[in-house]
Amino acid sequence: MRYLPLTPEDRAEMLGVIGVDSIDALFVDVPVSAQRSGTVDLPLHAGELEVEREMATLAKRNRAAGEGPFFCGAGAYRHHVPATVDHIIQRSEFLTSYTPYQPEIAQGTLQVLFEFQTQVAALTGMEVANASLYDGSTAAAEAVMMATRVTRRNKAVMSGGVHPHYVETVETLAHAAGVATHRLAVAIDAEDAVIAAIDADTACVVVQTPNVFGTATDVTRIAAAAQAAGALLIVVTTEVVSLGLLKSPGEMGADIVVAEGQSIGNGLNFGGPYVGLFACKEKYIRQAPGRLCGETVDADGRRGFVLTLSTREQHIRRDKATSNICTNSGLCALAFSIHMSLLGEVGLRRLAAINHEKARALRDALAGVPGVEILTPRFFNEFAVRLPGNAADMVETLAAHGIIAGVPFSRLDAKAGLDDVLLVAATETNLDIDITFFSKVLAKVIAQ
Amino acid sequence: MSMNSVGRPTRPETANDAAGAHDTLTGARGLLQDEALIFELGGWDKTGVDLPGASAPADDLGGLLRSAPIGLPGLSEPETVRHYVRLSQKNHAIDLALYPLGSCTMKHNPRLNEKMARLPGFSDIHPLQPQSTVQGALQLMDRLAHWLKTLTGMPAVALTPKAGAHGEMCGMLAIRAAHEANGQGHRKTVLAPTSAHGTNPATAAFVGYTVVEIAQTDDGRVDMADLASKLGDHVAAIMVTNPNTCGLFERDIVEIARLTHAAGAYFYCDGANFNAIVGRVRPGDLGVDAMHINLHKTFSTPHGGGGPGAGPVVLSQALAPFAPTPWLVHGDDGFSLVEHAGEVGAETAFGRLSAFHGQMGMYVRAYAYMLSHGADGLRQVAEDAVLNANYLKARLSDVMSPAFPDGPCMHEALFDDSWLEGTGVTTLDFAKAMIDEGFHPMTMYFPLVVHGAMLIEPTETESLQELDRFVEALRALAGAAKAGDVDRFRGAPFHAPMRRLDETLAARKPRLRWKPVAEAPRAAE
Amino acid sequence: MRFTKDHEWVAVEGDVATVGITAYAAEQLGDVVFVEVPEVGKTVKQGDGLAVVESVKAASDVYAPVSGEVVEANAALGDAPETVNATPETGGWFAKLKLSNPSEVEALMDRDAYEAFLSTL
Repeated sequence: MRYLPLTPEDRAEMLGVIGVDSIDALFVDVPVSAQRSGTVDLPLHAGELEVEREMATLAKRNRAAGEGPFFCGAGAYRHHVPATVDHIIQRSEFLTSYTPYQPEIAQGTLQVLFEFQTQVAALTGMEVANASLYDGSTAAAEAVMMATRVTRRNKAVMSGGVHPHYVETVETLAHAAGVATHRLAVAIDAEDAVIAAIDADTACVVVQTPNVFGTATDVTRIAAAAQAAGALLIVVTTEVVSLGLLKSPGEMGADIVVAEGQSIGNGLNFGGPYVGLFACKEKYIRQAPGRLCGETVDADGRRGFVLTLSTREQHIRRDKATSNICTNSGLCALAFSIHMSLLGEVGLRRLAAINHEKARALRDALAGVPGVEILTPRFFNEFAVRLPGNAADMVETLAAHGIIAGVPFSRLDAKAGLDDVLLVAATETNLDIDITFFSKVLAKVIAQ
Repeated sequence: MSMNSVGRPTRPETANDAAGAHDTLTGARGLLQDEALIFELGGWDKTGVDLPGASAPADDLGGLLRSAPIGLPGLSEPETVRHYVRLSQKNHAIDLALYPLGSCTMKHNPRLNEKMARLPGFSDIHPLQPQSTVQGALQLMDRLAHWLKTLTGMPAVALTPKAGAHGEMCGMLAIRAAHEANGQGHRKTVLAPTSAHGTNPATAAFVGYTVVEIAQTDDGRVDMADLASKLGDHVAAIMVTNPNTCGLFERDIVEIARLTHAAGAYFYCDGANFNAIVGRVRPGDLGVDAMHINLHKTFSTPHGGGGPGAGPVVLSQALAPFAPTPWLVHGDDGFSLVEHAGEVGAETAFGRLSAFHGQMGMYVRAYAYMLSHGADGLRQVAEDAVLNANYLKARLSDVMSPAFPDGPCMHEALFDDSWLEGTGVTTLDFAKAMIDEGFHPMTMYFPLVVHGAMLIEPTETESLQELDRFVEALRALAGAAKAGDVDRFRGAPFHAPMRRLDETLAARKPRLRWKPVAEAPRAAE
Repeated sequence: MRFTKDHEWVAVEGDVATVGITAYAAEQLGDVVFVEVPEVGKTVKQGDGLAVVESVKAASDVYAPVSGEVVEANAALGDAPETVNATPETGGWFAKLKLSNPSEVEALMDRDAYEAFLSTL
């Protein structure tokens, strides 16, 4: 078997050195009732050719985004990743290395993490950032837990514009930990409704910008109101490319920023692996979850990097850790960092501008379709439209025409009474002819 | 003869070159070069991506245009490649040598898996595009689920956790939901052995439980009397790793499960060490209620310098109804995901662990790995993993001190530091000297129950030649330590890209990002 | 100065007790990188958690050797945690407590008893 180097001769020799007759002697501690002779009821081994055939068959049953007009967003965005990124992350020393617990032989990983942390802090406009969490939604949950530790209060208020799946993720963890959540009614443009809901028990308010409907909001007033009441403002962003064009949450007064970093360096991958960005004010860093990389010197006085402030983490603090998290999104964070290094500020601003232009073109095209109402007042590359009918049904019909039209809001939240709302996104990967085709076919479908 | 006298020295002339006698002028050392931070390369106005400038000045941003500089430098493509390739050369990796990290299962990462994960049909699909357009992806998830259930003998699996620790959270939340549904919500305590991995108590505490420790016997297993005395009406669950963190199979595991169930509690099994028993033993036959499986350990998905992982959790019949959304269901018209707790098909789900459907990229890799090995290959994986660990234990036991010398170990061999007594060399020093000999150190100081612990897990993808190379290096180092060659260890590593680093300074004066006007860090006083 | 078996020391002046960890403890911990000092106003009973001392690889709980109310915490440790290693029994103090039960102090070990205790470890 191609991945198993031992030969039968090797095995015999090794058993001799150990001093046992057979491999079964090494499994002597397993209860007899649980010992299984033979193999489990699954296919036997297969060569690469056969494996490729089966995988290709499965892959072909999926309609890839690049095969035609595609307008999905709602927390994951299709962007072009330069060829260099995927080559570099497949280098042995990055792909097959471990967590950098031995810094002397992991300066590659550690320096990347230091650069990544700096890039994330700069992007979000915050003082410090960690070395990444699993994804944006779990980062939001971690941020809420951190706010309860910092403020010693027990309630999180979430705006009506936060992605419903993020709300569910936060609630699942918060409720398990005994933290109350107050979720405001779903709203297209009402992030600052949270202000009225702040009270002496509020540890944090959670707002999203651009929110799930694509609405971009100035959260400065919300920051002031939260902080005046002794609560923290947590800002969520699911499309980081927006930070190339929109004021950063840090500029607007956020205490903690969490984001989904997938748009930079990482493909859609049907939802994972993604990369959770986490940034906060420096004064709160000892309450932050996840890995942190810091600068130091070695025995020869040369600059180097190490994992630091580890006493926050599970392997040291165990049941008193700031989180149970053990991994970060290492390779995805590397991909993010490489892509960001290639883009630079100049490239990121251009990329963001192109995204916004495409979305405006999409908005203009759809606004011209009779029966379609544009709902989002201020947007980056995603917005919501109201259709004259069930959005999910229309998406299926359009899919039959080869168009992946976007995400019906009912897919995220079937109880909000917004079954006629569709979330559409446009990025630099969308062609103008696809936008035109989409609006034409949509008009036809509506007219039927 | 025609004399061609263009001779030149063809063997090195210097016989006694002292190390460091020929320091280079630039600080580079041959192929290994120092590489500045991207922020020090000055590319503030540079970009390595060709994008047209924006044409439309008008916008729909509502006055929220970002005007202040962001602070992100750019690099052209050649500079980017140089930067990251130079950095990569400072990393050790599985592709370079045996990585003996106990409980990490640093096996070879098959490149076929990488190729399969990059098929556009898997990599270029959106989690929320119409389900009718991703039937192949859902089918792959279903097949992966089938393999995991069959290998473990469990009836259900929650695929979505994004890492082992996340899987522990999933299992514990399912247990909590089950207790609440059965009117047993008063149970607020979780028992875990003293040898447990830190994520176990961290997870239990994070989701609102109080953790009580179970003692260990002298032969490295759960103390059954202590367990029995601590079980009671207030206990929600036990969290036990099997094989345990000492590398030993818990002989009394069936009785542990029986006692736990008799006390009305659930048995959470930490599956980090599944590599020792995959294909040979099914945790479902042992009485386990929930077990996470680290796809980045047993099923070879790459460690990537720290992640991403994936930690699906197999569940018993009692816990299956509480699994988090999305649930994958197979109906007459194909596969679909039920995405919200309370919906038909996921009525009693405890909630949602993350925004989408889990780590599809890792599912593809793990499934390719499973197909490649098959039932026979996976059984061989466990056998070779256990064989390799016992071989190392046998070949090192006369120079190092096994923590549990009697009887075989499973896939990892645990040593304590009693063999270093009197040498002036600590476990840490020994590990750093291993770096000079070309090996990443083993897991050190874990589990906490063994003094100066050294936990060695070779995995099944090591050849006998590599195992012997490792043994020879360790035997030589052990000999040097016992012979009093303390300096070799105290100052190690000498031959790595970096010497030992000042972790005290990093923690006392945290500098977590590059800043424009940097002062040189003061050396520790 | 009096000492506990958990290596805390207490020095009393009037009804205020200054608390810290002993030189032995500081030596055992290695480089101290951070001290989580208690909040002023916090009330503790003898044996309650009072502070946390962090080295790079460990976090150790420090227990109140006597009962009382925290009237001052050593803010200087924030910038200079190394003070605990340099002068653990003077400048490296953690907190000052207003004693609620002064008789507790008498029952603690004096320096000779503590040294004798250390030799048994």
